[in-house]
Amino acid sequence: MPGDLPLSSAAASFEGLAQEPGVPKRDSVLVVDKVTRTFGGLAAVDVDHLEIQRGGITGLIGPNGAGKTTLFNLMTGFDRPDTGSWSYNGGSLSGVPAHLVARRGVVRTFQLTKALAKLSVIENMKLGATKQRGEKFLRALVPPTWRPQEIDIEARADDLLVRFKLDTKRDDYAGELSGGQRKLLEMARALMSQPEVVMLDEPMAGVNPALTQSLLGHVKDLRAEGMTVVFVEHDMDVVRDISDWVVVMAAGKIIAEGPPDQIMANRQVIDAYLGAHHDAALTIEDEDRQLADDKGTAS
Amino acid sequence: MLRSLPRPRLIRHLIAAALVATAGFVLVATAPAAHAAGEGLLGRVTVDSQPVANVSITVTKKGGGQVGTAKTGPDGRFTIGLPGSGDYTATVDPRSFPSGVKLLDPKGGSHTVPVSSDGTRFVIFPLTAGKQLGTAGGGGGQSNKHQPVRALQLLLEGIRFGLIIAITAIGLSLIYGTTGLTNFAHGELVTFGAVVAWELNSRFGLQLIVATILAVIIGGVAGGLNERLLWRPLRKRGTGLIAMLVISIGLSILARYLIQVFYSDRSHAYTDYGNQTARDYGPVNLTDKDLSSIVLSLLVLVGVALLLQRSRIGKAMRAVADNRDLASASGINVDRVVLVVWIMGGALAAFGGVLYGLSDQVNWEMGFRLLLLMFAGITLGGLGTAYGALVGSLLVGVIVQMSTLVIAPELKNVGGLLILIIILIVRPSGILGSRTRVG
Amino acid sequence: MDFNSIVTNGLQAFVGLDAVYFALLAIGLNIHFGYAGLLNFGQVGFAAVGAYGVAMSVTTFHLPFAVGVAIGLLAGVALALLLGLPTLRLRADYLAIATIAASEILRLCFRSVALSKWTGGSDGLNQFANTFANLNPFTPGAKYGFGPFVFSAPDTWSLLVGWTLVGLCVLLVFLLMRSPWGRVLKAIREDEDAARSLGKNVYWYKMQALILGGVIGSLGGMFDAAQTQSVQPDNYGTTITFFAYAVLILGGAARVLGPVLGAMIFWFLLSITETVLGQLVSNGYITFITSSQAGKVRFMLVGLGLILLMVFRPQGIFGNRREIALDAR
Repeated sequence: MPGDLPLSSAAASFEGLAQEPGVPKRDSVLVVDKVTRTFGGLAAVDVDHLEIQRGGITGLIGPNGAGKTTLFNLMTGFDRPDTGSWSYNGGSLSGVPAHLVARRGVVRTFQLTKALAKLSVIENMKLGATKQRGEKFLRALVPPTWRPQEIDIEARADDLLVRFKLDTKRDDYAGELSGGQRKLLEMARALMSQPEVVMLDEPMAGVNPALTQSLLGHVKDLRAEGMTVVFVEHDMDVVRDISDWVVVMAAGKIIAEGPPDQIMANRQVIDAYLGAHHDAALTIEDEDRQLADDKGTAS
Repeated sequence: MLRSLPRPRLIRHLIAAALVATAGFVLVATAPAAHAAGEGLLGRVTVDSQPVANVSITVTKKGGGQVGTAKTGPDGRFTIGLPGSGDYTATVDPRSFPSGVKLLDPKGGSHTVPVSSDGTRFVIFPLTAGKQLGTAGGGGGQSNKHQPVRALQLLLEGIRFGLIIAITAIGLSLIYGTTGLTNFAHGELVTFGAVVAWELNSRFGLQLIVATILAVIIGGVAGGLNERLLWRPLRKRGTGLIAMLVISIGLSILARYLIQVFYSDRSHAYTDYGNQTARDYGPVNLTDKDLSSIVLSLLVLVGVALLLQRSRIGKAMRAVADNRDLASASGINVDRVVLVVWIMGGALAAFGGVLYGLSDQVNWEMGFRLLLLMFAGITLGGLGTAYGALVGSLLVGVIVQMSTLVIAPELKNVGGLLILIIILIVRPSGILGSRTRVG
Repeated sequence: MDFNSIVTNGLQAFVGLDAVYFALLAIGLNIHFGYAGLLNFGQVGFAAVGAYGVAMSVTTFHLPFAVGVAIGLLAGVALALLLGLPTLRLRADYLAIATIAASEILRLCFRSVALSKWTGGSDGLNQFANTFANLNPFTPGAKYGFGPFVFSAPDTWSLLVGWTLVGLCVLLVFLLMRSPWGRVLKAIREDEDAARSLGKNVYWYKMQALILGGVIGSLGGMFDAAQTQSVQPDNYGTTITFFAYAVLILGGAARVLGPVLGAMIFWFLLSITETVLGQLVSNGYITFITSSQAGKVRFMLVGLGLILLMVFRPQGIFGNRREIALDAR
């Protein structure tokens, strides 16, 4: 049972790793090697080496335009790199089209939520299931061949909807949900495929603060169930709260890796965020204090 | 969210648009003599797509003997009334051909067509001054020695045609660039211009140059009305691009048949500059009107280029086409720019229409026929850019004309359309567009 | 005004042969545009290859009619593959331009002198569907039907076959669109990348949709050709595709019965306007147009109707408001 894994085990697997870009992990599920991608002469991604620890929550941070989303796109087959290779569970993912990456167990969500507006919430969920017999043209014409499986899928979808507190919206169009609910739906839908790695692109962006905690809880639950989570996020509080390990990107390169607390104090990271010659205004601590204040006044 | 426009206002706009459009047509166009009732056989005789006069045609009824004869007029056309429905055979008399001219298809000297009651049928006799169909396959042959000269001549005609496509396509391309609309009704702006000029020229007796100037102004107004009465309100409502594309198709059908009803379902030539003989310029020859068409097109295009490059509004157009949000954020009044683009597009389309009508006669679906070639031109050059549209259209015109060196003239548009598809597949950003702009 | 003939003509058009033809074209388009979001503007090209497939097989190559039908359907599949393989990766508006260009290429080729040996050139081909006519079980010369729906024996036979075909196609779409297969198709219409991220082979589903909708279009073309016993290249102009879109949007895209209701109402309205205008002109109530122009006015109304529908009721006349509220993308 994956859920029985003690919480500390994920954090423990990062224990004592060197805090340098490209450091090898104890049990890597994803490995990226010398991947570059340029847009009109500008290097959007230039990653020498990156490993993602199995069963952990890895935060990917960096200033705007650092290449985080492009790296996501490359790893999930939504974009093709100019050079480089990457693998998943030891098998190469280079040149594997997006839908096959997903079928192998690496699913992603998008920065701009992609709820399928004119499908109901439950249809959105059922779409997420893989290996559906009824998705084959000829079988689709003979309902008895896919009905039993459909009933199983629907039951699973209903369970997940309850867990994500979307069960009351079950038969609404996805287009009628709020922004935060769409994020929840997208995450729940991704889980329908029973993935091994979940890649979340800014899961908290545009989510109202009331829903943030519940979303964070769901992300931690994924880890508890043994899944590997990689996520892109801008909110440092969120990053500190849930990540076991943080990878920092700037100008397409990975400039630092380490546990969240140490990363936040890292000089290079501060420079990357504020520019190397900034006028030494805010330290991370200052920023944290400010953020905390904001939260305090908001609630 | 974005639907700021209340519904009754939109309805009023649409009704106003329809009224203005209809009034415009009634004003400038009342149908020229409706064609005679009863069955008839119409036709046209052309030499390499140019009309030929004084060719004799005889019509016989199947099992009924000779019905009538006719000679083609200066526009290459003939009309023969028929006694009723049935199968009729029209035969062209080779002895009446100008010297050196023969049938394009050696077996195409007569056509048998069924004519239904109260129906008319149209037959075409394509002749050629060059090689006949079916004689091309052998390779070599004596016709080859004229090949370079013919190629040069076709290149020139291609440039003339390409410039017409370019003039009409620039507006289409800029509209796409600034609003994202794929305007299927742009061809009707071309037809509209040509028809307005024809009405002013033939019915009101205005000299063609005067008529053209007026038609260009009216075309610009029509373009502006398009934007103000239809597309701007739709954009403000947040109508999707695909919905707008379908709406433009509806508009295209509406406008096309409106023109057909109030103009004519036949082709007509302008009363001025009709029968010109070609002058020799070295190895090639050109009529004065074709030469003027080339020169005027070039002047207009240079003018447009200067406008885009030098003037404030031109720079604003390019900025909006490049990045609408950025342009809007930097203080450019996007709505105004789009309106100017539409006015300019309408005026250019009208001008192109007159030039097209001058070379190929004015016809109710001439613009629609040109539309796909316009698409080909702007896709080839890179969607949404003005210069891309220019270069692409020029290339399409040249390719279409020069393809007749190797394929039958009736298939020349197939070449242009094939290029369109191939470019879309191979390099959707066009030959001038940069790769990264796509996707 | 002769109201009796107006109503009778209208009702006959409501279930008539044109309604069958356009219902089939629009059922195919519904799969493309309504369910998969593919902007196919070359539907008439599918009808043309179906029609010419059967006509050329019988007339030019002297094959049996049944073989011709099979060839017509295969031609539809071939056209879908030829068009789809390279173009399905393109953006929606590029696909629209590519498909409309392809259908024009087909028409120009079918009417060309160079190929007239096989295609009959601009005159087309005739009398290739005697097998279909001879299967007619109804007595020639007799009239069949009830009330205003009275048709000649050949028309009754054609209508019987036609509506059966429509019924089968509707059943097919109904079964497919309530299956997981249809769910994937709708997901692709809403957002390709989302479907891809959930492990669906978007390209292959689009291809299946293009083939299926195209073959139904070819079936429509074949039916029309067999029933009129003639194919003529200029009957396969782009206007037909546009009218099929009007039919689809009238009845409601992404609804199983939308295209069928759309086709019936479309031809009902077209017939009524034609008869009414014709009578108004011949009785001297309208003087500024002639009777032949009155025939064109109805096409104007099609264009106007398409604009008004897309502006005010893009979900079709039977669509629901709730769905359209989501369209403000």
